[in-house]
Amino acid sequence: MTRTGKLRVQDGLIAFVGALFGTYLTAAQPAAAEELRIGFIAPMTGPFAQVGKDMVNGFEMYMNDVKGDFAGATVKFIVEDDQAKPPTGVLKAEKLIRQDQVHMFVGGVLASTGYALAPVSAREKVVYISPIAAADDLTQRDGAKYPYFVRTGWSSSQPNHPFGEWACGEGYKKIAVVAADYAFGYEQVGGFQKTFEDCGGKIIQKIWPPLGTIDFGPFLPTVKQDADAIFTLMVGPMSLQFPKQLAASGNTKPVLGGGTSYDEFVLPSMGDEVIGHVSALQYSAALENPKNEAFVKKYRAKFGKVPSYYSETNYTTAQMIHEIIKNNKGNFPGQEEFVKQLAALKLDTIRGPVSIDEMRNPVQNIYLKKVEKKKMFGYDKEELWNTVIKTYPNVTQFGQFNKEEFLKTPVYSRDFPPCKFCN
Amino acid sequence: MAVAGLLIALGLITPYTNSFLILLITRALVLAILAMSLDLLLGFTGLASLGQAAYLGVGAYLTAILATKYQFGLGWSFWLVIVFAILIGAATAAVFGLFAMRASGVYFLMITLALGQCVWGLAYRWNSLTGGDNGINLPRRPAFGIQLADDVTYFYVVFGFFVLSLLLLYILVESPFGRSLVGIREREVRMRILGYNTWLHKYVAFVIAGGFGGLAGVLWAHANGQVSPEDVVLTTSVDALLMVVLGGPGTLVGGAIGAGIVVFMREYLSTLVPWWQYALGGLYVLTILYLPGGVLGIPERFRQSGALFINRRIKR
Repeated sequence: MTRTGKLRVQDGLIAFVGALFGTYLTAAQPAAAEELRIGFIAPMTGPFAQVGKDMVNGFEMYMNDVKGDFAGATVKFIVEDDQAKPPTGVLKAEKLIRQDQVHMFVGGVLASTGYALAPVSAREKVVYISPIAAADDLTQRDGAKYPYFVRTGWSSSQPNHPFGEWACGEGYKKIAVVAADYAFGYEQVGGFQKTFEDCGGKIIQKIWPPLGTIDFGPFLPTVKQDADAIFTLMVGPMSLQFPKQLAASGNTKPVLGGGTSYDEFVLPSMGDEVIGHVSALQYSAALENPKNEAFVKKYRAKFGKVPSYYSETNYTTAQMIHEIIKNNKGNFPGQEEFVKQLAALKLDTIRGPVSIDEMRNPVQNIYLKKVEKKKMFGYDKEELWNTVIKTYPNVTQFGQFNKEEFLKTPVYSRDFPPCKFCN
Repeated sequence: MAVAGLLIALGLITPYTNSFLILLITRALVLAILAMSLDLLLGFTGLASLGQAAYLGVGAYLTAILATKYQFGLGWSFWLVIVFAILIGAATAAVFGLFAMRASGVYFLMITLALGQCVWGLAYRWNSLTGGDNGINLPRRPAFGIQLADDVTYFYVVFGFFVLSLLLLYILVESPFGRSLVGIREREVRMRILGYNTWLHKYVAFVIAGGFGGLAGVLWAHANGQVSPEDVVLTTSVDALLMVVLGGPGTLVGGAIGAGIVVFMREYLSTLVPWWQYALGGLYVLTILYLPGGVLGIPERFRQSGALFINRRIKR
């Protein structure tokens, strides 16, 4: 190495080590005891940024409602951006735990993020609460692996177990499926297919457009014409495009959909072609109870839009955490104890009564909702709302099935349940 | 000497920083190995590859699949996994190289990009093997007398591999083979006229870079405890390229410094301010506009402008 080369290297490394020291000195110190530190992981940049904002809005709205005071404990709320990428999420969780020394962390949008964050909670022995990430197995077959994981939202197939049965009751015999090609899609479709076929229906086709498909042109003509109805599960921009293009292709069949296909996150941007479509979820902004009406009005006044389930479930999560802290007189009861108490919680929330089962997934109402154009809650414009047409009370993640038998079957996937009536 | 001294300093100081920083430094070192492997291509051979993440990917997935499906690589067999990963990284590069080496310049960039995306596609779509977009969670870090689960221990293991890689690559680029690579970078036709088989030289460099990429993959998988298609995505390859450009191509250590800067901007600054992406973007643009030699080019640049200044005064 030449002399100039040496000098170059030296200068560079001095800068590098200097940066190390700089960051070390500014590292956070552990804070006072009556402070409750909650880490929040959500996408703030990238394609899922809007979902992330809805999540944070919901949680922060609850904290504003109680002025950041959980029964005497001052809440320190730290938001970290995971860009909806699992590896980034893992690193942010480590940052929250190691540097900010949070008592718990909340968040994650995609199932894949949930799968990535749950092991972090187990490894670091810190509570992880998932209001959105719905991957079934986190509270089913893998539940025992993640003792610090609690779900306050839902599991993917939960709303669709009653939905499949309802479809039978409506007289549908043959249904064609068009769903996003990834784990969440498989689990949603699987739940629907299982109960629908148990009561005599037939899934005659499964079409899997890749996640992020915007042009459904190649897929729509292949939908079988002898189907009585179409079941669809879309996410993000797919949700907007699919019904539009389906209508443009001249479809006259009834359309059923997974919750995220018609959730209030996408509904305001949709056209009239979705009127009459039916979906199932644990929340609808059009729920007619005083708590929800107040929530919708307040949220809308503050953020200029109707709350989506992303907001509601995070608002409720904050409420649940508050409830546990209140039961402990403003103290954090310790990691194991917190999980134990949260898993035994019963609470009356905006979306109805929620309790949490022994596998740490909520037991709650599932609402079947039909998109209608109407006026609600005194707003003077006609808008699209998810009108509740049927309520299934106290639905567990196992639906109509016996827990032990359910857990013996494999997790829903692209090939399970097998498509017996295809071709 | 300076490098050795600062490496020792880094090795001594790190355990006393906070536990999150140890994690970040470990990751930066893993990415530094990847960036240095790319520097062998970009800085020394003049081949801008956009597919370096592919080798990290095959190494990482190999580690994760062996660990979850066969419980292999969690004890002493960790060292075997390292060997396998280097081999599979090199083998992948050997296959890819057959396609990529037919082109140069932008076409080489495009072909390596496409091949890298093939690996991403496999990781994303081959559900039964890779777990699709859910990725694979590793059961735990290896333990063989020492517990790699301990972050400081793991840091030292990664640190060791980093120093070793730096040393090996340094010996390589200083060898006659390395010199001939520089010759190819400067003027391939002349090298060919001189009787060198330039294709073979480039191909061998490409394969070696793949091997180091595979090594980085094993360390990466255990650093995260998780492997996801997101690790193999184009951004990782671009990152590696930017690290080299940022630090200074053709210096090896530059790649490591670039890795340090990118990891700290991305993972640390992002926890402090919301505008970190602009800062990182601005840094890239400024580097490319004003510092073609990267961070390590700064002293040289000062010297030049100083000389220019003096020259002007003399002329006057």
